[in-house]
Amino acid sequence: MNTIFLILDILIDIIMVVLPLFLIVAYTTYSERKIIGFMQSRLGPTRVGPFGILQPIADVIKLLTKEVIIPSNASKGLFLTAPIIMLVPSLLVWSVIPLSEYFVIANINAGLLFILALTSLSVYGVILAGWASNSKYAFLGSMRSAAQIIAYEIAMGFALVGVLMAAGSLNLQEIILSQRGGIFNWYWLPLFPLFVIYLIAGVAETNRAPFDVSEGESEIVAGFHVEYSGVAFAMFFLAEYMNLILISILVSIMFFGGWLSPFESTFFESYFQWIPGFVWLSIKTLSFIFIFLWLRATLPRYRYDQIMRLGWKIFLPITIIWIFLEGIMIYYKVEPWFVI
Amino acid sequence: MNVEIIIFYIFSLLLLSSSIAVVTVNNPVKSAISLVFSFFCSAILWLLLNAEFLSIILILVYVGAVMVLFLFVVMMLDINISQAKEGFVKYFSIGIFVFATIAGLLSYFFYNQFDNSSKNIITSIDLIGTDNTKNLGYLLYTEYLLAFEIAAIILLLGIISAITLTLRKSTTNKYQNPSQQVNVSKSERLRIIKDEGREK
Repeated sequence: MNTIFLILDILIDIIMVVLPLFLIVAYTTYSERKIIGFMQSRLGPTRVGPFGILQPIADVIKLLTKEVIIPSNASKGLFLTAPIIMLVPSLLVWSVIPLSEYFVIANINAGLLFILALTSLSVYGVILAGWASNSKYAFLGSMRSAAQIIAYEIAMGFALVGVLMAAGSLNLQEIILSQRGGIFNWYWLPLFPLFVIYLIAGVAETNRAPFDVSEGESEIVAGFHVEYSGVAFAMFFLAEYMNLILISILVSIMFFGGWLSPFESTFFESYFQWIPGFVWLSIKTLSFIFIFLWLRATLPRYRYDQIMRLGWKIFLPITIIWIFLEGIMIYYKVEPWFVI
Repeated sequence: MNVEIIIFYIFSLLLLSSSIAVVTVNNPVKSAISLVFSFFCSAILWLLLNAEFLSIILILVYVGAVMVLFLFVVMMLDINISQAKEGFVKYFSIGIFVFATIAGLLSYFFYNQFDNSSKNIITSIDLIGTDNTKNLGYLLYTEYLLAFEIAAIILLLGIISAITLTLRKSTTNKYQNPSQQVNVSKSERLRIIKDEGREK
């Protein structure tokens, strides 16, 4: 009987995370079109509902009612499983994300490793989608994207190593708690290079502009999902935006104190006591999502060899050097971050 | 019935069937994917044994890194299945011999180990907590430091030898020198031509 209640409890938790997440994804696409539109002196969607606010819902209905076309000579089973492989890890990661001081679906010890392992799985969706489509453009796109994901994953992993060294724990709640004590105690300051690298590598991992060579409309049509339509395409789309939100929330958890208040241990602390931690986390996450959209609106696409050079020859050495420096800082217990 | 036992049987079944699929499936890409899936299933079995660090590392290293590169290579190669299957009868006897030797050795070893399993369990090591990951790190950097470093050096040697084997300066490669690209001035790229016909 107890197990049934436990399972029910977990199910309710999952629904509490996943349903709002889908809604947020839908409105991230809307705000992306709006924000980029305004940045480029356009209006963005205006037709469906006031200010085009119902546009994402119209898009969802359109995608769901379209036919899934399977190309001839495509490997049918893999063609249909690739979007699922893409979507599942990016959903699964949300199970360990602490959304407030009390709420996390699974507060596991090795949370950071879990995230690292799962984000490394999404590359299969990309490779299989490209291969199974039996199309040159899709295959080229998937090759580009996979090489890029592998290159940046290493720098990303090293940035995470820096965080876990500073926090002394792999548990995400403990990582947040170890950053207590106001805005200058958060890890963005002592780990500044790692923070910047993690942010940029996050853009590259999610295949977004300016690192979107895997889509490269002007070169290879639309990249690895060029042959997909309808629901199958919607799943790729969903996974991409979920990863975008995930990277933003991870940056805010690991470098910006997660649900901690920025006014901690200052004069204003008591005035902002009533704001729940979830609100702070949302504000931080939304500002990083905005930065991602901003990047897409302003920067031109990188050339492919430049991307590879940046990943392997610049980011990787910087992370390794900073981990050494951080080790020295931890050894000498530099205040206020490394007092254990 | 216990939930863990149900999960164990489901994933053992999946593990066995996907491992069989690795050798029986005709398409090399599909067989590589079955291998990925079997790694994944065994990671879940490890998780059931409370070895969360090892199971996540199995996914991270083997599924997330090694098999991706493997899949890359397999996709790029144009493997002819019928040609690969030609020597089946010729190599069958050798295959049986190798299989019998390995199976015999393994079953002998496992039988002996399970027989006196109490001798193989390490009991005399002090652990620093219940956290699997922390304990493992602690042991690796204290008790087994030498073995750990030797393994690291062997891996480094592997990396260096792999790079030296494949690194050949090809004369047909086209390469952009980034520092040269960055240091160009306007006068090198841009020439302003006065259109004299227009001025008249």
